[in-house]
Amino acid sequence: MGITVQRDACVGAGQCALVAPDLFDQDDDGIVLLLDPNPEGALVDAATRAVRLCPARAITFSA
Amino acid sequence: MSERVVVVGASIGGLTAAETLRQEGFDGDVILIGDERHRPYNRPPLSKQIIVGDWEPEDAHIRSEVEIGDLGIDLRTSCVAEALDAPARVLHTSQGDIPFDELIIATGTEPRRHPLVPSALTLRTVDDALAIRDGLRSARRVTVIGPGILGSEIASAARKYGADTHLVGRSGTLTFGGVGALLSSQLIELHETNGVDLDLDAEIVSADSDTAGTSILFADGRSERADLVVAMIGGDPRTGWLESSTLTIDNGIVCDGTGQAAAGVSAVGDVAAWRDPYTGRPVRVEHQSNAIEQAIAVALRLVRGEAGTRPVPLFWSELHGTRINAFGWFDPGLPLAPFDDGDAVLVSRDDAGRVHGAVGWNAPPREFRVARAAVAESASLAPLP
Repeated sequence: MGITVQRDACVGAGQCALVAPDLFDQDDDGIVLLLDPNPEGALVDAATRAVRLCPARAITFSA
Repeated sequence: MSERVVVVGASIGGLTAAETLRQEGFDGDVILIGDERHRPYNRPPLSKQIIVGDWEPEDAHIRSEVEIGDLGIDLRTSCVAEALDAPARVLHTSQGDIPFDELIIATGTEPRRHPLVPSALTLRTVDDALAIRDGLRSARRVTVIGPGILGSEIASAARKYGADTHLVGRSGTLTFGGVGALLSSQLIELHETNGVDLDLDAEIVSADSDTAGTSILFADGRSERADLVVAMIGGDPRTGWLESSTLTIDNGIVCDGTGQAAAGVSAVGDVAAWRDPYTGRPVRVEHQSNAIEQAIAVALRLVRGEAGTRPVPLFWSELHGTRINAFGWFDPGLPLAPFDDGDAVLVSRDDAGRVHGAVGWNAPPREFRVARAAVAESASLAPLP
């Protein structure tokens, strides 16, 4: 349940942190950092969008 | 909602469309066909991690067979789309005819072979990348023809293997995707600092190949010999199989602003020319992020009836250890300027102060994201008259 990220699959595109900055950040190499694994309300849609935009499919999310 | 969606092209655009249909609850058939023998993989790593040997091909796969099966996607590999009867809604393939209610075309581009250097390798598929990797492992002299991102990436990889590397173009500049030649001087300096021998005003006259390599003759009388020649001189949309169809083909499949090419037929990604909502002109964008966003938009339209999208181009590269990111649109007549105090983020800013594009040059990700947000905000507004 919630959001999980696979940092070793991440290619640093930064799409997640752009569309859902409350949920994702990037380290200095651009690799994803998960800020909040349990989005609620409007953040659920943002999480879904981040999952789809990720070119590496490094994010999974089940509400 | 339709009962069977067929997706032609099993790369990131096709797979994203198929996945989004399922995530949105579509419970009809989803058939995803691809002409390669591989399951869907990401192409950006081919010219990056794969040719330098950091990744094996399986590392570039987007989804496992199990995941694709769990999503209820009927993936058919080594299946070639041969013709389309759009009015009858039938796709003819090398594995038989497939009737559909909705078709999504995501067949991408075909790399152009160099007409004067037929022995030159080129890069589109993972098999192409492995052939280049094999060549790079033993080559002492490498010639790369092509001034774009892919040419630069292959030259960067060749230097990593320690080869004498010659990067050849004829326009006088190096380009970086949608940024065009605006970064040319920075790219030239980066390559030269890292030992790439540049020749950007070179006109190739002929080439001779034997088992040991290729000799290239230039218009100024020089000739050079290389163990490996790679030509990255652009690609053409893969629309040959649509010649007998009723679709409008004009440098890609011409679509409306929602990706629809005809009743029951949509197109996404490198092969698709969506009509820009502001200019009315069909525009084809060859970046992965564009394929993903168009695929999501088409799937949402089919399931929910939602309208189109205007993806903001995003692309990146790593050359000689320098990470270069680009986001947005760039005007060839508008030089890049610093976004703020530093020089790690450069932007295309118009007279009204709107930021239309941003480039990060080894930029800290958080800093680049501030500029990206400014581009996204401009993109959400109608363009100035």
